[in-house]
Amino acid sequence: MRLVKKLSLLVGLLMVATLATAQGQVLLNAAGATFPFPMYSKWFDLYKQAHPNVQINYQSIGSGGGIRQLIDKTVDFGASDGPMTDEQLKQATVPILHFPTVMGADVPSYNVPGVSAELNFTPEALAGIFLGKITKWNDPAITSANSGVKLPGDDIVVVHRSDGSGTTYIFTDYLSKVSPEWQKKVGKATSVNWPVGLGGKGNEGVAGLIQQTPDSIGYIELIYAVQNKIAYGRVKNAAGVFVKADLAGVTAAAAAAAKSMPDDFRVSITDPEGNKAAYPISSFTWLLIPSKIADPAKRDAVKGFLKWMMTDGQQYCEGLAYAKLPKEVVVKELKAIAQIQ
Amino acid sequence: MATTPNATAPADVPANPQALSRRWFSADDVAHLITLIAAATLLLITVLLVYQLWVLSAESRTKFGWHFFVTSTWDPVAGDFGALPFIYGTLVTSAVALFIAVPLGVGAAIFLAELAPPKLSSSLSFVSDLLAAVPSVIYGLLGVFLLVPIMRTTVQPALKRTLGFLPLFKGPSYGIGFLTAGIVLAIMIVPFVLSVSREVLLGIPRDQREAALALGATKWESTWKVVVPAARIGIFGSVFLALARALGETMAVTMVIGNNPRISESLFSPGYSIAAVLANEFSEATGNLYLSALIELGLVLFLLTFILNGLARLLILVTTARGSGVLPS
Repeated sequence: MRLVKKLSLLVGLLMVATLATAQGQVLLNAAGATFPFPMYSKWFDLYKQAHPNVQINYQSIGSGGGIRQLIDKTVDFGASDGPMTDEQLKQATVPILHFPTVMGADVPSYNVPGVSAELNFTPEALAGIFLGKITKWNDPAITSANSGVKLPGDDIVVVHRSDGSGTTYIFTDYLSKVSPEWQKKVGKATSVNWPVGLGGKGNEGVAGLIQQTPDSIGYIELIYAVQNKIAYGRVKNAAGVFVKADLAGVTAAAAAAAKSMPDDFRVSITDPEGNKAAYPISSFTWLLIPSKIADPAKRDAVKGFLKWMMTDGQQYCEGLAYAKLPKEVVVKELKAIAQIQ
Repeated sequence: MATTPNATAPADVPANPQALSRRWFSADDVAHLITLIAAATLLLITVLLVYQLWVLSAESRTKFGWHFFVTSTWDPVAGDFGALPFIYGTLVTSAVALFIAVPLGVGAAIFLAELAPPKLSSSLSFVSDLLAAVPSVIYGLLGVFLLVPIMRTTVQPALKRTLGFLPLFKGPSYGIGFLTAGIVLAIMIVPFVLSVSREVLLGIPRDQREAALALGATKWESTWKVVVPAARIGIFGSVFLALARALGETMAVTMVIGNNPRISESLFSPGYSIAAVLANEFSEATGNLYLSALIELGLVLFLLTFILNGLARLLILVTTARGSGVLPS
């Protein structure tokens, strides 16, 4: 016990010493989503270089953990791949604001022996496959969108994420929108009760299972597919165009959804209407910021970072294969920063 | 924590003034206290662990009651949770693992302790200890990339051809599932069985072997009828250590079991284990009920380990009481 006390005293002294040397040092603690972590850690690092007095520590413990810690007030702000539910917002003692930061997308990846062409998937085909109602690769729902490709009559093996993840949230959110049956039977969440299929842990687990299992199909993050050069198919968007996912298509989806963007930014941009270039299985990821921050130094640091991130910070997105925010959304978010008091 | 000093402390050691003056912190007392603290800490940690699991799982316990143990739905969206498929998966994979690992580990231990030349014995057991030190994620990766294709293309079709009449070996071969998870677990726990069993066998006094040989037993008879029965309790101990490891293994299992909460009698079908679902879903569990259901699963795993260990003790008691008369221990 005495050792612990001594150690904590030592740590305390060290902290006092560092505080004394670097006056006005602001330390912000944050936790949450793992998907945008590479982007966030780059941003926090660059921001510290430009503003040496602001240090942001981010723990990528998962969206659920981020929301929990924010509600328990053990962090200054959180981050999540899915917006907080009304129930979660009620649990927080101060109103929580959502700020979209970057975007990600899910792509359908498959392994059908003998098929090297890029396959087209309609929303009905994807929903049917993941509901377990379309069980053969040569089902008319798949072949009708892929004329000229000879698909085998083998059983489809569905692969999904087994760990709770934002990737699953995006995918199930999309299926809930395009299929009433999915919405009713399964719903959307970071983990769901899958009607069929094998579960792989992480993008690497799903990609590995697809690679290992003939006649399989699964969904993986666009970034993961791009970085590991994994082939993936096109998905039909609400305008009726088959789109192969890329960063521009994801930003287009957000732009299409921006017109009907609610003031709290808690919006799903899957399957947006009215943009031919929009890739339909896309989503924002959010920073969760308390609307009241008592410490003025912290408040200014958070506001300063948000402003920087939405303007100068966006140029670093594509280097890390994240889609950047469309202008319409940035304008709206910059206005919302004033709500932090 | 402080208790009365050991009654057998050397209180009556005859007059040595120095010893007398130091009497109340004699080396024995200090050792007694330190070991007592060590033992008490273990107990305390266990009690605290169970207490925490119990308290934090309150919401799930009140909502589902006993149904938690007998229902098989696991639906985070609807907030409906049942533990049965996970309990089933944990037990089945551990059983498969023991079924393979015990004969293998004990057999190898007998060879290394009794029959192999000492040099070979010590170098082989060194290799086996190395196996025990490999991180489980490595076993998982090897499982996915090496074992799964072999299972899918060779082992499972062969099993279907030969033993396909059993419900255990029916259904499509994905390569992953209960059987593959059990085999990966078996590879992971063999070193535990082997290492402990070998030590125990080596600990059996030489006299016993010599006595058996003197009575006209062959080398094998002396090993199988004298040495192994005498080491029985230690071998059981090694099996329980291995079982505990199998029950709680997370990473390697989740990579090859298929992560599908389903109860199927076929060993080829994908399943799920308690430890695997905890590792998969804990970090993203948002709702309070969801979180408390996961924590209750942790409690279930604890109970499962507790019950199996209890049964194991009982087994030892029964077999020892019946006794072969070789070594009353």
